Amino acid sequence: MEKNKDLTEWQDKVLAKSLARFPERRKRFTNHGGDEIPLLALPEEIDDQYVRQLGFPGSYPYTRGVQPTMYRGRLWTMRQYAGFSSAAESNKRYRYLLEQGTTGLSVAFDLPTQIGYDSDHPMSLGEVGKVGVAIDSLADMEMLFDQIPLDSVSTSMTINSPAIVLLAMYVAVAEKQGVAPQKLQGTIQNDVLKEYVARGTYIFPPQPSLRLITNIFQWCGENTPSFNTISISGYHIREAGSTAVQEVAFTLANGITYVQTALDAGLELDVFARRLAFFFNASSDLLEEVAKFRAARRLWARLMKEKFGAKNPASCMLRFHTQTAGNTLTAQQIDNNIVRVTLQALAAVLGGTQSLHTNSRDEALSLPTEDSVRTALRTQQIIAHESGVTDTVDPLAGSYFIEQLTDRIEREAVELIDKIEKAGGVVAAIEDGFIQRQIENAAYEYQKEIESGERMIVGVNSFQITEESRPPTLRVDPEVETMQVAALSQLKKTRNHDKVQNSLKELDQAARTDANLFAYVLAAVKEYATLGEICDVLRQVFGEYKQH
Amino acid sequence: MRNDLNALLEGLHNRDARSIARAISLVENDHEAAEVILTSLDQQNVRSSQVLGITGSPGVGKSTLTSSLVRHLRSQGKRVGIVAVDPSSSITGGALLGDRVRMMGHALDSDVVVRSMATRGRLGGLCAAAGAAVRIMAASGCSPVIIETVGVGQSEMDIIRLADLTLMVLAPGLGDEIQAMKAGILEVADLLVVNKTDCVGAETLSMDLEAALRGRKNACQSRVFKTVATTGQGIDELAIAIDELDAICRSSGEHDRRRHSSLELEIVDWAVELLKPRLLAELQETAYPAEPRQTARKLLARLCPLMIDT
Amino acid sequence: MHNNDSPFRVLIGKPGLDGHDRGAKFIARALRDDGFEVIYTGIRRTPEEIVAAAIQEDVAAIGLSSLSGAHLRLFPAVVEALRKAGVNDIAVLGGGVIPEEDIRQLKEAGIAEVFTPGTPLEVILEAFRNACRQHREIHQP
Repeated sequence: MEKNKDLTEWQDKVLAKSLARFPERRKRFTNHGGDEIPLLALPEEIDDQYVRQLGFPGSYPYTRGVQPTMYRGRLWTMRQYAGFSSAAESNKRYRYLLEQGTTGLSVAFDLPTQIGYDSDHPMSLGEVGKVGVAIDSLADMEMLFDQIPLDSVSTSMTINSPAIVLLAMYVAVAEKQGVAPQKLQGTIQNDVLKEYVARGTYIFPPQPSLRLITNIFQWCGENTPSFNTISISGYHIREAGSTAVQEVAFTLANGITYVQTALDAGLELDVFARRLAFFFNASSDLLEEVAKFRAARRLWARLMKEKFGAKNPASCMLRFHTQTAGNTLTAQQIDNNIVRVTLQALAAVLGGTQSLHTNSRDEALSLPTEDSVRTALRTQQIIAHESGVTDTVDPLAGSYFIEQLTDRIEREAVELIDKIEKAGGVVAAIEDGFIQRQIENAAYEYQKEIESGERMIVGVNSFQITEESRPPTLRVDPEVETMQVAALSQLKKTRNHDKVQNSLKELDQAARTDANLFAYVLAAVKEYATLGEICDVLRQVFGEYKQH
Repeated sequence: MRNDLNALLEGLHNRDARSIARAISLVENDHEAAEVILTSLDQQNVRSSQVLGITGSPGVGKSTLTSSLVRHLRSQGKRVGIVAVDPSSSITGGALLGDRVRMMGHALDSDVVVRSMATRGRLGGLCAAAGAAVRIMAASGCSPVIIETVGVGQSEMDIIRLADLTLMVLAPGLGDEIQAMKAGILEVADLLVVNKTDCVGAETLSMDLEAALRGRKNACQSRVFKTVATTGQGIDELAIAIDELDAICRSSGEHDRRRHSSLELEIVDWAVELLKPRLLAELQETAYPAEPRQTARKLLARLCPLMIDT
Repeated sequence: MHNNDSPFRVLIGKPGLDGHDRGAKFIARALRDDGFEVIYTGIRRTPEEIVAAAIQEDVAAIGLSSLSGAHLRLFPAVVEALRKAGVNDIAVLGGGVIPEEDIRQLKEAGIAEVFTPGTPLEVILEAFRNACRQHREIHQP
């Protein structure tokens, strides 16, 4: 093969530099017969079309991956979303997961926490500790990360509307452990726009929410350079029933909105853009999903470079977390879910994900048991260490089908993004209900296909059996609500009341100006002001969002 | 049954939420008790109540505007009724009545009486049912009673004719103005509301509408109002204007003229509604129907011998 | 004379804080397509709000959906709010990620039917139809 100029350049500049910094996991990658597996398979002839559409891994437009060596250098982060009941219970589960070889934590908060209510709020009735851990104040957060060294573990937190409060608590806990903010690694979801269309944990109207997000971008840009300040999420959009194209389009349209808002606030593109992360769904259509990840990566790179003029290559890299599709899990013949999750996880890996959560087989029944979580983690480990797909970069590239599908998804996503921009942007499209209607219609059609039997779901509308007994499920102790409320009332007696009130007053005043609110929130959480108290201050100033 | 009915009338008198709801259902379903219910309503309240129509295309923020207006009216201590009309599917007859979502903020307020109604694909019966619902609410002390409907299609236009005053809601970016002018809705609207004035294009839309109104003569002076329903901006001014216009119409006699024509409309609707099952039954008796117009006239002649066949 | 063909009216509500409304919206649409008049409340409602809306709308049945595991508290709270309002003719049906052992408890608390992931649509529709027929019988001597 004649040496191509672009290839040579990539090998000399990008690959060599990367290998010098991060050596590959093994000296040699070989199959059972001892044959060498190439880092990167390429077409016979590298033409302009190839360079423009696919390029090389770790180079624009990143179709083939954001790192030059991908999983030969480092495997993805195996990050299992977990958390339930009290901080103490969740802390136990995290330490178990770390012992079992998980490489990053992912905190699930309960719904009151996600909506900025304390556990004793009337709306919290029945919800405390149910879908995640209940956090009312810094005291709970200290318990949650007890004996977990925050300078070495990377933590992802699924928190959106009150993200600024939980991030401030995390920073405060780290400080108590003697860990400087500069050392913190992880991700905060902080993606409010998708809450209005798909997930529902909104608090404030879009504009003040965007301000809080921008405040986080700015504070983190200066203080936590290794922390992802947002995880722009298509996952929930897909769970709500969107198509793959809609998932890409709505997610990137949200991304565009965050970038534009930050630019409008005067932030430097190439400072904040490299800390934007994404979060996608891996659903059951294996090949479409692989193409979707590749298309999203290429489209984001193009948007960042062509629309926003990003100079820093890191600003153009779409780095993403993936979770397998919760809505595809069935309550029937639950072991089948292990197979579904395997295929979905494989799609994520073939699509080049940076981190991955695999769902547990019993999640259509309840929160997963410890055994089920372990199997889910083992699924990732088997793909990583036994399947061989990690030994070469972007193995499906060049398949006629995959490349055509990648092109099509990118093209259709662009059309949909254009439509949203013409309608006045994402916020207008949310207020109009355009995005919600698109998702609803897609969800309805899909479900109708299942109901009519046109779309087969094994064990549900075909190959059914009579199941005698249900497997054991995990139950959240209903006492957690009582305990949490008691602890909260105790806390309110022991903290310094005047200092709490002062910090809240200062926050209130700052919220009425253009100030960055992070420092004010941090000061309040350190005085053990509760999440509900802090959010109430902001509700007073910002108002509350009402569903359309 | 008689006891039930008495209890219901008693409940209506006491503004009991269940009784109001039951009464509307009975009338809507054309139950035999409908007439007793409707004739026993407090006519004084019905007469004095203000009936507002709010219409506009999907997505303009009608329901949000209604909700915002209700908040304002409640702050003045007024008891408010809302009849929210959505189309029924012409195929299945079902309907998804989604306006409740925006009204849920008032759910626990017993002085906000909300009823979602489907058009049920009826010829004239919709006006009959909606008009009755308005009167049941008005009799229970609601004023204004707001009829909210999507501004497309003939049946929706008819509902607007039930109102004393009509607000047409428009929003920038939806190509609304053209559609509104085409449909002639500008002609029936007393107040034009440009909602979402914080969005691009609102100023142009307002100016276009004002220009369109300039050449127009109608009983009440039309004006263009600007609101942001999500924040409540402009709602106070709008509410004041509604009351001013209402006062003008009442003193000029326009109010009575409209009430009169709306009554006529309802009477015709009821007549058609009551006639329809009889016609259908009669049609069953007819051997294979001949030419439709001719058959119709024959049917009517049989049913209404007094009708002179011209 | 009562028009027996008039459509059944039901209300679909989401009590609690769970924002996953895909299932609730699907059921609402499917009921519509089956000829029901469906009132949808949207997400994040209290049991009292749902009951107040159901009364004003004069529905025959309330369908509740919660996927967050709060069903044992929230569904019975709706039944209780109905009782407090003196209503005994509106059936309450519920769906969600509900473990088998909770179903019995919910039924004891007055929830007429409980649906879990994978319950065939036709079963759900028939349950709503039944509830509406019973309601109609009460009100039509």
